[in-house]
Amino acid sequence: MKFNYLLYGSLIFLNNLFSQEIIEGKVVYKDDLETLALEGANIFWLSTSDGTISDSSGDFRIKKSNKTNLLIISFLGFYTDTLKIDSNEKFVHFMKEDLSNNLDEVSLSERKKSAKLSFTKIQNTILVDASELLKAACCNLSESFETNPSIDVNFSDALTGTKQINMLGLKSPYILISEENIPMVRGASQAYGLTFTPGTWVESIQISKGTGSVVNGFESIAGQINTELKKPFTDNPFFINLYGSRNGRIEFNTHFNKKISEKWSTGLFIHLNQRNQKIDNNSDSFLDAPLSKQINLLNRFQYIDPSNGWVVFYNWRFLNDTKQVGQVLFDPDLDKNSSTIWGSEITTKRFDTAFKVGYVFPEFPYKSFGFQAAYSTHDQKSYYGLRNYDIIHDSFYGNILFNSILNNTTNKFKSGINFSHDKYFENIDLISFSRTDSNLGAFFEWSHDDLEKLSWTAGLRIDFNNNIGTFLTPRFHLRYAIGPSSILRLSSGSGRKAANIFAENQSILGSNRRIYIENGKNPFYGLLAEKAWNYGISLSHKFKFINKNSNLIFDYYTTEFVNQVIVDVETQGRVYFYNLDGQSSSKSLQFTFNMDITSQLQLSSAYKNDIVSIDYKSGRKQKQLVPKNRMFLNLSWNSIKKRNNQQWKYDLTIHNIGAQRLVENNITPNVFKSPSYSIVNMQLTRVFSSFSEVYFGIENFSNFTQQSPIISSEQPFNINFDSSQVWAPVLGRMIYGGFRYKI
Amino acid sequence: MKNYFQILLIFTTSIILSQTSKNEKTSFGVSGNCEMCKMRIEKAAISVKGVKYANWNIPENILTLVYNSKKVSLSEIHTSIADSGHDTSEATAPTEVYNQLPICCLYIRKQKNKAPLNNEAL
Repeated sequence: MKFNYLLYGSLIFLNNLFSQEIIEGKVVYKDDLETLALEGANIFWLSTSDGTISDSSGDFRIKKSNKTNLLIISFLGFYTDTLKIDSNEKFVHFMKEDLSNNLDEVSLSERKKSAKLSFTKIQNTILVDASELLKAACCNLSESFETNPSIDVNFSDALTGTKQINMLGLKSPYILISEENIPMVRGASQAYGLTFTPGTWVESIQISKGTGSVVNGFESIAGQINTELKKPFTDNPFFINLYGSRNGRIEFNTHFNKKISEKWSTGLFIHLNQRNQKIDNNSDSFLDAPLSKQINLLNRFQYIDPSNGWVVFYNWRFLNDTKQVGQVLFDPDLDKNSSTIWGSEITTKRFDTAFKVGYVFPEFPYKSFGFQAAYSTHDQKSYYGLRNYDIIHDSFYGNILFNSILNNTTNKFKSGINFSHDKYFENIDLISFSRTDSNLGAFFEWSHDDLEKLSWTAGLRIDFNNNIGTFLTPRFHLRYAIGPSSILRLSSGSGRKAANIFAENQSILGSNRRIYIENGKNPFYGLLAEKAWNYGISLSHKFKFINKNSNLIFDYYTTEFVNQVIVDVETQGRVYFYNLDGQSSSKSLQFTFNMDITSQLQLSSAYKNDIVSIDYKSGRKQKQLVPKNRMFLNLSWNSIKKRNNQQWKYDLTIHNIGAQRLVENNITPNVFKSPSYSIVNMQLTRVFSSFSEVYFGIENFSNFTQQSPIISSEQPFNINFDSSQVWAPVLGRMIYGGFRYKI
Repeated sequence: MKNYFQILLIFTTSIILSQTSKNEKTSFGVSGNCEMCKMRIEKAAISVKGVKYANWNIPENILTLVYNSKKVSLSEIHTSIADSGHDTSEATAPTEVYNQLPICCLYIRKQKNKAPLNNEAL
């Protein structure tokens, strides 16, 4: 440090010696929290013509005048300043914006991005805030990823139209989906769980690629998605949203939040949706979208005492969801168990409750502990044609977490214990299955941050599981700043998962395939737990491209399965579940390019390549219905905010989905690949004020559909009947609209 | 395997217990603007031996510290931050260092070396 002063000192001295006559300075202005250079400011000596202008970094050099020592600095839209120069020392001068005659619509501030890759987090994390969720009419969580290239939205079946999400080419059971850090979409709720969280309840979503933190369990293999719900303490006192679409879907959302006392707040969130219009545009005698009804209630209590550091949450939640799918003529009262008209009903009742306590030591803000306990009971009764399927899943989850530091905050740790107990009862036709999974785990995660370039997190957990045994789960994440605008991230680790073959593959039940399960003495209905290693590398670089703020992200993740439960539908009329014998892997590559074309128009684009290969009994193949190539483009425009926050917003999203491998089927007997196609979605939002807005949108603007999505739809009781081989939307162009109002 | 679990528990509890030492909490004003300033200020504070925790609040320009008063004096922390280019409530950053800060971090200094004259006074 001392040497530096010496150096600076001598430089200044030399400077003074040789350039007595030059004055150096920098012209800047303050914009909110940032200081920016002012390029092109006029700098001249009072009453002279000796002047210069500042360069792109605000710097200027001007010869000292022998007539005056008063220097004028001026720039349009700023107050003109006169400075008295009496030393040769370089100086920084702040200009003040002159707002008196400023045009309403000139704003120098950059707009906030609603979905952004975190530049500082160690893990490859994408934060999605509520404004990103408003870009599409996302009625529920399963639809809120349409404008995000890291998560692929697929269709699980041609009956319910349920959207299934994929990450790194792997299906959602390989993703740990949690709500406020409590695992949520798992077990029985795997098939439809994402549709059980209404979009308006969501405050933000964090998406991490690769194996996540050990804190939340051993389950994440491809990634983690955590949703934070709106908090009564900070959310608006009242909110209402109404949505309707041309195909008869109606949604209603309302939130009430109230402060009971200084420290206690409560919120009641109500969601209702229904569709009662029968649509069969492709004339295959089957409904293109289900007749459905959902009642979803959430009541939360929040306690905050900032002076003592206590935070408490208590939630309870109730859901009743019914769906009727199948042939248009099907009437459940008359035709249930009929062998002439095919129909299906799926009824789910679910109750959740969760309790959380957090304490931050007021004197030591880096030290905290948390306790979570959650209970849920999930009861689904359903039949698919002549096939019955019922599942009851009771789940208890508990977690104790302690956060602190080692020496100072450059070394932090998290440590704790979690406990889970899951009871499953399943009936498939006349066969009953039941299972209890009990798990006790302890974890320790150490994070190091050198506050400059390198930071890493190393985590280890040990689990004692009644079905899997005792095992270790190591995970490691590293972040390295190559330069001020380039970040390298590495991640590696293992993950495991109990295979819930029926709950996770419910779409198969919408077929007449005969079910074969490999005979074995293993705990999961004869099958082993799944295990995989995941390694990833990610490079992100911020730069100016044709003078516009841009960033380029390169991601490559590979998942190697040690054991996998394979769902083999290669043979028509049959589905086999068996343990992997050989190799199975997923290699996922993604290039993302984002650019601010203007301060109002943003571009986001991505190319993805997913090689998901599985060793089936019949040989190594790309997983069916997983496109090798995908492209994504999103343009997001907004007008400049006027007084009262009036604004227009427009979003255009294009997905290009490459060819997908098809399994043997009698509709397209000699075609083994689906064609590649594009889906175009758009939405226009008019914000009237900070209280109210309306939106209109078109989904699937190009009206691309899969013409005969159901195999053997004309003979639904034939063994070849299958509604689970869907590679494109079943519904064509769809117009929707809605409004939101809050106080 | 149960032994591993016990070792882990003992390890964790011992860390928790070892956390109680002579630590003091304080906060004071430090000038700055942005995220980059935050990183620089916090790094300057935490790199002083004995500082446990440093958090600089961007809008309020307040630095909150936890430090071991037996190992380090508060003035040493002030000096370290000022040497990184940021004026604190007690110490002033050398002008040469301030001038070298990236543009976005140039904050408006309390004692300006070049105060603009009022045009009317001329």
